[in-house]
Amino acid sequence: MSYHNPPTPPRKSATFDDATMAEIRRAAATGIYDIRGGGTKRKVPHFDDLLFLGASISRYPLEGYRERCDTSVTLGTRFARKPIKLKIPVTIAGMSFGALSGNAKEALGRGATLSGTSTTTGDGGMTDEERGHSQTLVYQYLPSRYGMNPRDLRRADAIEVVVGQGAKPGGGGMLLGQKISPRVAKMRNLPEGIDQRSACRHPDWTGPDDLEIKINELREITDWEKPIYVKVGGARPYYDTALAVKAGADVVVLDGMQGGTAATQDVFIENVGMPTLACIRPAVQALQDLGMHRKVQLIISGGIRSGADVAKALALGADAVAIGTAALVAIGDNDPRWEEEYRKLGTTAGAYDDWHEGRDPAGITTQDPELASRLDPVIAGRRLANYLKVMTLEAQTIARACGKNHLHNLEPEDLCALTIEASAMAQVPLAGTSWVPGKGGF
Amino acid sequence: MPVFDLSVTPLREFNQALHDIKDGANDTAFEVVNPRGHHSVAVGIDAPVSVEVKGSVGYYCAGMNDGGTVTVHGSAGPGVAENMMSGTVVIEGDASQYAGATGRGGLLVIKGNAASRCGISMKGIDIVVHGSIGHMSAFMAQSGNLVVLGDAGDALGDSLYEARLFVRGSVKSLGADCIEKEMRPEHIEALGALLEKAGVSDAKPEDFKRYGSARTLYTFNIDNADAY
Ligand SMILES: Cc1cc2nc3c(=O)[nH]c(=O)nc-3n(C[C@H](O)[C@H](O)[C@H](O)COP(=O)(O)O)c2cc1C
Repeated sequence: MSYHNPPTPPRKSATFDDATMAEIRRAAATGIYDIRGGGTKRKVPHFDDLLFLGASISRYPLEGYRERCDTSVTLGTRFARKPIKLKIPVTIAGMSFGALSGNAKEALGRGATLSGTSTTTGDGGMTDEERGHSQTLVYQYLPSRYGMNPRDLRRADAIEVVVGQGAKPGGGGMLLGQKISPRVAKMRNLPEGIDQRSACRHPDWTGPDDLEIKINELREITDWEKPIYVKVGGARPYYDTALAVKAGADVVVLDGMQGGTAATQDVFIENVGMPTLACIRPAVQALQDLGMHRKVQLIISGGIRSGADVAKALALGADAVAIGTAALVAIGDNDPRWEEEYRKLGTTAGAYDDWHEGRDPAGITTQDPELASRLDPVIAGRRLANYLKVMTLEAQTIARACGKNHLHNLEPEDLCALTIEASAMAQVPLAGTSWVPGKGGF
Repeated sequence: MPVFDLSVTPLREFNQALHDIKDGANDTAFEVVNPRGHHSVAVGIDAPVSVEVKGSVGYYCAGMNDGGTVTVHGSAGPGVAENMMSGTVVIEGDASQYAGATGRGGLLVIKGNAASRCGISMKGIDIVVHGSIGHMSAFMAQSGNLVVLGDAGDALGDSLYEARLFVRGSVKSLGADCIEKEMRPEHIEALGALLEKAGVSDAKPEDFKRYGSARTLYTFNIDNADAY
């Protein structure tokens, strides 16, 4: 029997999609895993899946331009003699000099200072420039201990012990040879031009009991002045938060899987760690169970982009948020004005993630002096300040609509979820129902 | 000389007294009695003081020392002299794990043995151990000198950068990318000077073997994947 097939459109596999097949071919050609910057690119349940309810007959709103909605936050009230007071609950996350250019770090410092918030050093130590330009500077204490010294500890405003990051809970940093310039090499006591892998574990403590002793040492060195943060990736938020509190943290920083990184294996970014949304409630529950909610502050990061995200994180119980990627975008990362150059690098504005190669057309994730000089730190700092102002106004707009005179008065009761997944993770009812999966209702 | 009895005086008072020393102060010699294994004894020293500790200490004794001379007449817990910048720390007894971790400068002398991970991630410190050291010592060590008069445990110098390791006795095994290297005259000379500085009179530099990085892990290379 003979028959003639009518034409059918070519159909690609959902399992073997273009990106998957391209990666198989890339792996076959090179024999090494893909390294890139940024956070997870897959879609995971996020703040977009939550909505605020707003005011109604039983809840009345605040007047937009007349009634005050406070945005300030104080961090480190538990043990530190000098807690940090910020005007807005949006901080700049730790990003190293090395991963970022000196101009980019300066821009972050300028923007944060204009906005009354803090910046954070990173896996490479503190530079004089960033200390100079950041009114409030958090100094990271990382496994690598690159650039760690008591002078910088004393001139920091807070200390952040980094246990992990959301992009790679359980992984250390990476800085490839192209970015190990003479200055970066010197700060890290490394030979120039090597492919550097930071340790993933702290060299002189393991486990929560040791961490308590380590935190105590840092307090003794700095005469109990500085707030001590503990930063963890989104892995076991309930227990990590409880253990950080037990170890004596003033502040817990919790970074979900959408959180950016300067460089790590793509397989790590995409497959390890929990979405930010899934991390917040367990962490808040741990604080509440210990009677420490609002006494030990919780900073949430990983995919925060707007005032709505800020308001949602705070409504779920966070005291503040931190931003990395969004701050870089605000100062010019992946800007379409460099499209021609992104094309030359085989990518396009919005998708450029080879930050480890140090060839960033926008002059941000590079140590090349010529590229770095493209970023004007004063203008970029102003852009960051503008963006932070918008985020704050947006969060206030939502809070007022919910009748709150402080962003911290937002609460889970103000929210509903669009999807069953988000409802389960955020533990707020599915829109139009009183059902929270795992919690009953109907 | 101010004497602090840690069985009655809070540790905080002692460390604060050390931090309150002003440049050019006269009273710079301290004694600590009854340390009783306290953690963080004499941490954050930032002046040329001397501290004599009469007994054994817990974690992180003399942590981040910058310019002080600390002598422990006893043994030290984990992380002694961690991240030292400059100065001298002498342990008359044994030291637990991570002795001299991430140290950037100064001299750490351990008269007894040191446990595992001695000199881990060291970044310029000189460490001299009269006895033996445990496994994974000098892991990811970046620079400085680790001198061992006795033996070294498993995986010495794993993922080493530019630190120099000198061992007089046996080495149970070498870690990834760590190899034995030739003792050239400049190494004999430098080691001799370091032994002298550390007050070692019964060891000749010629009796040591030198270990360092093969530098094959300095750049990503798929043919080295088995080494990780
Ligand atoms: C370029 C870059 C460098 C980073 N460097 C560090 C670092 O040195 N230490 C650290 O703890 N986190 C580092 N991070 C993670 C951020 O601190 C933060 O957790 C993350 O960016 C938050 O998620 P977001 O990017 O979605 O805002 C880095 C992130 C980026 C984008």
